[in-house]
Amino acid sequence: MALKLPIYMDHNATTPVDPRVLEAMLPYFTEKFANSASRNHEFGWEAEDGVKLARKQVGDLIGADPKEVIWTSGSTESNNLAIKGVADMYKDKGRHIITAVHEHKATLDPCKRLAKMGYDVTWLEPGPDGIIYAKQVAEAIREDTILVSIMWANNEIGTINELPQIGKVCKEKGVLLHTDATQAVGKIPVDVNEAGIDLLSGSAHKIYGPKGAGFLYVRRRKPRVRLTPIIDGGGHERGMRSGTLNVTGIVGLGKACELCRLEMVEETARLSGLRDRLEKGITSQLEHAVVNGHLTKRLPHTTNISFPYVEGESMMMAIKEIAVSSGSACTSASLEPSYVLKALGLGDEIAHSSIRFGLGRITTEQEVDYTIEKVVTAVKKLLDLSPLYEMVLEGIDINAIEWGAH
Amino acid sequence: MAYSEKVLSHYETPRNVGSMDKDAKNVGTGIVGAPECGDVMKLQIQVDEATGKIIDAKFKTFGCGSAIASSSLATEWVKGRTLDEALAIKNTQIVQELSLPPVKIHCSVLAEDAIKSAIHDYQEKNGLDHDHAEASEHTKA
Ligand SMILES: Cc1ncc(COP(=O)(O)O)c(C=O)c1O
Ligand code: FES
Repeated sequence: MALKLPIYMDHNATTPVDPRVLEAMLPYFTEKFANSASRNHEFGWEAEDGVKLARKQVGDLIGADPKEVIWTSGSTESNNLAIKGVADMYKDKGRHIITAVHEHKATLDPCKRLAKMGYDVTWLEPGPDGIIYAKQVAEAIREDTILVSIMWANNEIGTINELPQIGKVCKEKGVLLHTDATQAVGKIPVDVNEAGIDLLSGSAHKIYGPKGAGFLYVRRRKPRVRLTPIIDGGGHERGMRSGTLNVTGIVGLGKACELCRLEMVEETARLSGLRDRLEKGITSQLEHAVVNGHLTKRLPHTTNISFPYVEGESMMMAIKEIAVSSGSACTSASLEPSYVLKALGLGDEIAHSSIRFGLGRITTEQEVDYTIEKVVTAVKKLLDLSPLYEMVLEGIDINAIEWGAH
Repeated sequence: MAYSEKVLSHYETPRNVGSMDKDAKNVGTGIVGAPECGDVMKLQIQVDEATGKIIDAKFKTFGCGSAIASSSLATEWVKGRTLDEALAIKNTQIVQELSLPPVKIHCSVLAEDAIKSAIHDYQEKNGLDHDHAEASEHTKA
């Protein structure tokens, strides 16, 4: 088969809708168009059936009861609802929240807002492996801690936090645990009971479903978690999230979960094979390239590689037929070095030239091989152009130089 | 971001990539920028002492495509000029030639700074008074 350009290698950003998902959704736009809250006619029941099936499909994927699934517009909303909802509901119990510095903005910013409102937020910091460990969480928990929000897997480097253990710590101390599992759901086994999760965010568009559909798992038993809603109205979703349901999106999300569950073992093996091939192909030919974060405790389809002495934007330009995500480029162009990579303690000149490769259901071996070749050629060319690399070859320590401000 | 044809051309086939002996008396070296800002430019000139003209120039740049193109263009432009003529090169001319968008103006500023820095290095090495050189530039302007 001929290689088609450009190549999409940014599956952590979003994924294409699987044709089987689309097929499941289509009837709900036209024949089965009703409001799922219309309890008194057949049209409504039909739509409600679709939503009900989706609840089960989501529940089956994450080991939850269908009733514990609250529909949202995506993980940004789910994180906001979980964090702000718990903070408000339990404010008389305490005002301390624990999260980590390298969470997604959809967690960081709600926490920052709460901090402005007088809540006390502890920001845990990872080591170079990118992982947050249960011990760190245990040490940070206080009398007045009401919520721990630690993501399952990181979106930039794919590392997986020490989750069943963090859940255990939270259970022991009686603190609610929210996890942003946007990157983990459908990719690796996720079980809310095994991991001791009380609230979990997921999003359809990361798992070959449509954009604008997501869910928040909210535990109903042991303990029964309560939330102050952000969106008030008709009292949908146990009053936690009002608004006529996005039936098509929800049906798609459900189908997407089902496919991920059925195909996970096979797909994980295939993708981690391709990911390893990509990594080896690149790092064996470029001695300075480094893979960021923990090398085994991570998602099967993601790798984040730094190319020291090469600048990110020029790198992206050199491999423009491959769609990837770059940590950053020059600060002056208002693109900041990635805060996630900086949190791992990477030096600026390294954080400036990191690329996230996100493989997915449509990725082929041929695409991986093409990517290896392009990346290696590009980096070699840019190293030839790099004054920093030249200094390194001359034995000059570039961190010891006093660079002018600019 | 969409790049202009000229940026792409310089990026794909950069002119005058390389290095000269920075200790040579007839070579001036300018290094500007900083790794944490995501850009470092090194520009070198070789001056013919008899005529005072720049006879060769080389660069190496760690930076975005526009920074690479700006420095590549700068090496082309300084060749054959006297030091005063080279000092008169303005970043705005680079912006215009390469059709750089506003966010990339600072890449051209770096290139201008790199030219000036290389010339000053040469002047210092050779005991030339560069304040005088700058003054003459201003009177000409
Ligand atoms: C870890 C993580 N959390 C939250 C989000 C936001 O999800 P959504 O686009 O569904 O709002 C993303 C997606 O970018 C993500 O990767
Ligand atoms: S070098 Fe900073 S944007 Fe070009």
